Amino acid sequence: MTSENDSARAVQVDDLSVDLGGRLVLRGIDLRIRQGEVVAVLGTNGSGKSTLIKTVVGLLPAARGEVRLFGTPVPRFREWRRVGYVPQRITAAGGVPATVYEVVSSGLLSKRRMFAPLGAAGKQAIEDALEVVDMADRRKDAVAELSGGQQQRVLIARALVSDPELLILDEPTAGVDLASQQIFADAIRERVAGGTTVVMVSHDLGPMDALIDRSVVMRRGRIVYDGPPHASQTHAHVHHSHTDDDPGWLTS
Amino acid sequence: MTMFQLEFMQRALIAGLLTGLSAPAIGTYLVQRRLSLMGDGIGHIAITGVALGLLTGSAPVLTAIIVSIAGATAIELVRARGKATGDVALALLFYGGIAGGVLLIGLAGQGAATLNTYLFGSLTTVSQSDLYVVVGLAVAVLVVAIGLGPQLFAVCQDEEFARTTGLRVQLLNLVIAVMAAVTVTVAMRTVGLLLVSALMVVPVATAQQVTRSFRSTFITACVIGVLACLAGIVTSYNANVAPGATIVVLALAGFVVAATVGTLLRRRAGRARPLADEEPEVGVPAPEPHVVSAGHPHAHSQACGHKKVEHGDHVDYVHDGHLHAAHGDHWDEH
Ligand SMILES: Nc1ncnc2c1ncn2[C@@H]1O[C@H](COP(=O)(O)OP(=O)(O)OP(=O)(O)O)[C@@H](O)[C@H]1O
Ligand SMILES: [Mg+2]
Ligand SMILES: [Zn+2]
Ligand SMILES: [Zn+2]
Ligand SMILES: [Zn+2]
Ligand SMILES: [Zn+2]
Repeated sequence: MTSENDSARAVQVDDLSVDLGGRLVLRGIDLRIRQGEVVAVLGTNGSGKSTLIKTVVGLLPAARGEVRLFGTPVPRFREWRRVGYVPQRITAAGGVPATVYEVVSSGLLSKRRMFAPLGAAGKQAIEDALEVVDMADRRKDAVAELSGGQQQRVLIARALVSDPELLILDEPTAGVDLASQQIFADAIRERVAGGTTVVMVSHDLGPMDALIDRSVVMRRGRIVYDGPPHASQTHAHVHHSHTDDDPGWLTS
Repeated sequence: MTMFQLEFMQRALIAGLLTGLSAPAIGTYLVQRRLSLMGDGIGHIAITGVALGLLTGSAPVLTAIIVSIAGATAIELVRARGKATGDVALALLFYGGIAGGVLLIGLAGQGAATLNTYLFGSLTTVSQSDLYVVVGLAVAVLVVAIGLGPQLFAVCQDEEFARTTGLRVQLLNLVIAVMAAVTVTVAMRTVGLLLVSALMVVPVATAQQVTRSFRSTFITACVIGVLACLAGIVTSYNANVAPGATIVVLALAGFVVAATVGTLLRRRAGRARPLADEEPEVGVPAPEPHVVSAGHPHAHSQACGHKKVEHGDHVDYVHDGHLHAAHGDHWDEH
C-alpha cells in the first residue's frame, strides 16, 4: 500500500495480539479507521475493549502484530498532540489535592515545552474545554471533592483541551448525566464536522448514537462484527427516515 | 554575642533554609504519587554512603550523594516493574543500607557520636565546603521542582495519561527519584538521615489541611518547611539537643494545629454554605433521546409483503435493507 493511504488512516491495527498476565486477551485484531470516522467499540465486560484502546495509545505492548497511528508504529509515534485519550473510570485524584483547572491543564502537556510557562492560548483552551463539560464554575474546586460523573467530565475536558485530531475515549460518559452527555455529544459533533476522528467504547451511546458511522463489536478478544451501526447492538433507539433529504431530528 | 553572629549558626541557618525549601518541594511530588516513604528508604541507604566516606577518608557528603542516587535509581527501577516483590526488594535495600552503614562505621573506627550527627543532624558540623555543596544541590532541586512542575505534576497525578501526552514518563520518574536522593543529602546535616523523610512529608500533610490546589499545597508546604527548620535550629541551639528532633517536633506541632483549624474552618464553611440547591431540573424524567423519522410512508403489517424476522419479543420487517419495528406511532430502525 502507498504511504498516502497510510497517513489517511488515523488508526491501523494489524493482526494484533496482546498478552496480559500470561493470557491472550486480544487475538488477531485487524482494524482500520480512516480519518474523520466515528467508530463505536462495543462488547460485553471483559471482551477486551479497554485492552485494545490501551494498546492503541501505547500503554500496553503488542505480543504480536502492530498498531500504527497516522501511519507511524506506536512505539515510534511522537506526535501525541494529535491524540486525546480518556481512560476508563479512574479516579481523577492523587495524594495531594489538585483543582479541576490543574488537572485539565495537564492535557496541554503534549504541546508544551519544558520550563515554559502556560501561554494565553493555553489558558483560553482550558477555559473552552471547561465550558464544553460545563465545569467552568468548578475550576477552583479540588477534583477529589467532585462526584464520580463530575470527575469523568474533568477527564473529558483534559482530553479535549489540546484539540486533538484523534479522540480515543474509553467509556467517557459512564456515570455522566444525560444533560452533560448531550453537551458532550454536541461538542464532539462540532469536532467531527471539523474532521476529528473518534474511537469510543461505550455500553450506552446515548446522545452520541446519532454520530456513529460504524460499530465494532468485540467478544473474547476478537472482533466479531465490524460494519454499519446496528441499533439493536447499541441498545439505542434509531429511527430511520425514508425521505432522503430529511435526516430526522432529536427528541428527548 | 548573639547566636546569629556565630559563624557555625549562620551556616546552619542557611543550610536549614534551603533544606526547609527543597524537602517539602520534592515531598509534594512523592506524596502525590503515594510514595511518602521513599525519602525514608533513601535516607537509610545514604547511611551506607556516609559510612563509606568516613571509611575511605573522602567527604561523606559526596559518597552519600553517590550511594543514595544509586539506591533511589534502584528503588525506582524496582517500582517501575510493578511486581509484588518490589515491596520486599525495597525492604531489603533499606535494611541493607542501615546495617551496611553501621558496619562500615565500626570498621572505620568511628564511634556512635559521629554517626549520630548524620542520623539526627548537628549544628556545629556544617563546614564551609559542606555549605557550598548544600547550596548548589538545593538550588538545583528547586529549579527542577518548579521548572518542571507541570510535567512532574502530570506524571504523579496520572502516569498513564501522562504517557499518552508523549511525556518521557520513565525519565521523569527517575528525575523525581534522583531529586529525592539529592534532597536527602542536602537535609542530612540539618535534620539528619533518619528524620529527613518527616520534613518531606509532614509539611505537605499540614498544607493539605487548608489547601485545595496542588500549587498552593506546594507553596504552603515550602513555607512551613522553612519555618520549622529555622525555628527548630534556634530551639536546638538554646536547648542543646539535636536539630533533627526539634525541627520534626515543631513540624508535627504545626500539623496538629493545622488539622484542628482546618476541621473548624470546614465545619464553619459547611454551616455558612449548605449544599447549594443549584442543580437545574434538567431532563429529570426525560426519556432516551432519539431520532424520529419524518414520516414512514408505509405501514407494515402481517400482510404487507415485507419479509418478517423474529427479533426477541417483537417482529421486524425487512424494508429497503433496513429492519423496521413498530413503536407507538412510528417505526424504529433495528
Ligand atoms: N492486568 C491484567 N492481567 C491479566 N488479565 C487482565 C488484566 N487486565 C484485564 N485482564 C483481562 O483481560 C480481559 C479484557 O479486559 P478489558 O479491560 O479489556 O475488558 P473490557 O472489554 O474493557 O471490559 P469492560 O466493559 O468491563 O470495561 C478480561 O477478561 C480481564 O480479565
Ligand atoms: Mg473497559
Ligand atoms: Zn412493510
Ligand atoms: Zn427488532
Ligand atoms: Zn420502513
Ligand atoms: Zn421509538
